[in-house]
Amino acid sequence: MTDATIPGKAKKPPSRGPMARSIARFTANRAAMAGLFIFVPIIVAVSTYELWWPHAPNDIDLLSINQGPSAAHWLGSDGVGRDVMARLLQGGRVSMIVAVVSVAISLVIGYLVGSLAAFSGKLVDGGLMRFVDLAMTLPPVIFLLVLASIAGTGIWPTIGVISLLSWPVLSRMVRARLLELRERDFVVASRGMGAGMGHLLFRHGLPNSIDILVVYATLQVANAILLEAGLSFLGLGIAPPEASWGNMLNLARSTVVLEQYPWQWMFPGAALVLTVLAINFIGDGLRDAFDPRANQN
Amino acid sequence: MTDTQPYLSVEHLSKQFSSGAFSRAPDVKVLRDISFQMMHGQVVGLVGESGSGKTTIGRSILRLIEPTAGRVTMGGVDVTALSARELRKQRRKMQYIFQDPYSSLSPRMSIGQILTEGLEIQRIGTAAERRARARDALAAVDLPVDAYDRYAHEFSGGQRQRIGIARALVFDPDFIVADEPVSALDVSIQAQVINLIRDLQQRLNLTMLFISHDLAVVEYICDVVIVLYLGRIMEMAPAAELYASPAHPYTRALLSAAPSTNLERKVERQKLTGDIPSPSNPPSGCVFRTRCPFAIDACAAEVPALREIAPGHTRACIREDIL
Repeated sequence: MTDATIPGKAKKPPSRGPMARSIARFTANRAAMAGLFIFVPIIVAVSTYELWWPHAPNDIDLLSINQGPSAAHWLGSDGVGRDVMARLLQGGRVSMIVAVVSVAISLVIGYLVGSLAAFSGKLVDGGLMRFVDLAMTLPPVIFLLVLASIAGTGIWPTIGVISLLSWPVLSRMVRARLLELRERDFVVASRGMGAGMGHLLFRHGLPNSIDILVVYATLQVANAILLEAGLSFLGLGIAPPEASWGNMLNLARSTVVLEQYPWQWMFPGAALVLTVLAINFIGDGLRDAFDPRANQN
Repeated sequence: MTDTQPYLSVEHLSKQFSSGAFSRAPDVKVLRDISFQMMHGQVVGLVGESGSGKTTIGRSILRLIEPTAGRVTMGGVDVTALSARELRKQRRKMQYIFQDPYSSLSPRMSIGQILTEGLEIQRIGTAAERRARARDALAAVDLPVDAYDRYAHEFSGGQRQRIGIARALVFDPDFIVADEPVSALDVSIQAQVINLIRDLQQRLNLTMLFISHDLAVVEYICDVVIVLYLGRIMEMAPAAELYASPAHPYTRALLSAAPSTNLERKVERQKLTGDIPSPSNPPSGCVFRTRCPFAIDACAAEVPALREIAPGHTRACIREDIL
């Protein structure tokens, strides 16, 4: 046995892990970085607006009803004299909380269901997947409306409705990935060293489906913002006077507002489009960054 | 090998894969009635064509797949009867070396994480002790210590296989199944890795089941050789004897098909026609009879039993006349 036969790679600098390489690929992606540059200021503005914006979202100023944009009210005021800018920021905060929390919940449910199905025996797998089938066959719009009318309005019911609707697809994707992973030798080796379910799920399953989870999460946040807006527009999501982008858009149902006071619906609409677009760019960038076939380093 | 008590004993091991509740395809009997014994410190070779059940035997012994029937006793412990908790503890003593050095190492873990994974699962030692043991294992397989913080994709096939061997060694096991450990490597690297495995086996006095389809490698490293065909043992003998005087027609065909650098060994090619039959529909009686040049009608009637023809040399063939 001679050491001379082993090519010495000792001179190379310490290598970067697969995670570091993914991040490098992401930062090289222009669209994704543009998305990030739009998204981060929105998040910062939405979460800190009390500190720098003088108006509160629910303060009524009867002297300035339906005013257009001005120095005092940058984005104008609405039909009862509330500041549109303040409502836009508060609405963004509500939308973001609803989206992020509901996606987090559906990530946990989706990953656990999918990974348990993949790593457990045929019976558990069959049972869980039939349950997922059932959840997927429910027509989404009707399901949403029924759930929302049972759960009522408000932030928490809305979060519940959205997260219950979105996990089945994720669990399918996770299961497919992990079924393939389960037969890989390094997972067999891990079982051969006595690994239990917890170890398999979190040391092998999670790192090897992190790309699916991250990409799904970003795209689903955008989706959840839209769902929330849709629900609120229908009067089932966030109820007034609490602001959300969806129920601000709801104002546009009135022809008077639509024609005479465009700032009341145009700004929330633009904010919605911009945010969703930015998140989708980020999501696409993440998907490319995690794709091992991408060859730029 | 002065012990009279075998270290590992496999009795009537069988494995069949059923095809699921909704399928009408027949069950596939991959292993049927496999029995053999291994002494402490012995290397037993398992040879056979693809699909003969070599890997299934290795994995069934370690209970990486659950055998359908049979018993495996290792150092006095009935491995097949262990509960999940006892089995987890037993796993420290038995390890597996994989064939494919690419899929056997996680691409998302550093070599250090790969090597300490098992110790962590088994809650052996502190983090520092685990690191020290992993470093020792790296040294034992002639890899530089700085490999510890690298990722598997930076290593060549031979180096990765060494890492796989190091992973099996961190537990300080008694028994190792080496599943074609060199067949995925370049020929130039094979010798290094084989010698490494042999050195380690001798130094640590490991009992090893060595699975291979390379007859030259098996002759080099094994004390006893078992020849497998379609999930049944055809012949079993000490390595020297099997290569010198193969007694089963299948063994003869295998040996005559293997290229040899030994000019004195007479090359009398005995070609086998056809493919290995499907394990879902095996021939009646002797499974080899469809391709055996010596087959007679009686071969189809019953499964030939393994009979001892010399001390330690058994074969499953009814043709007494063709020894």
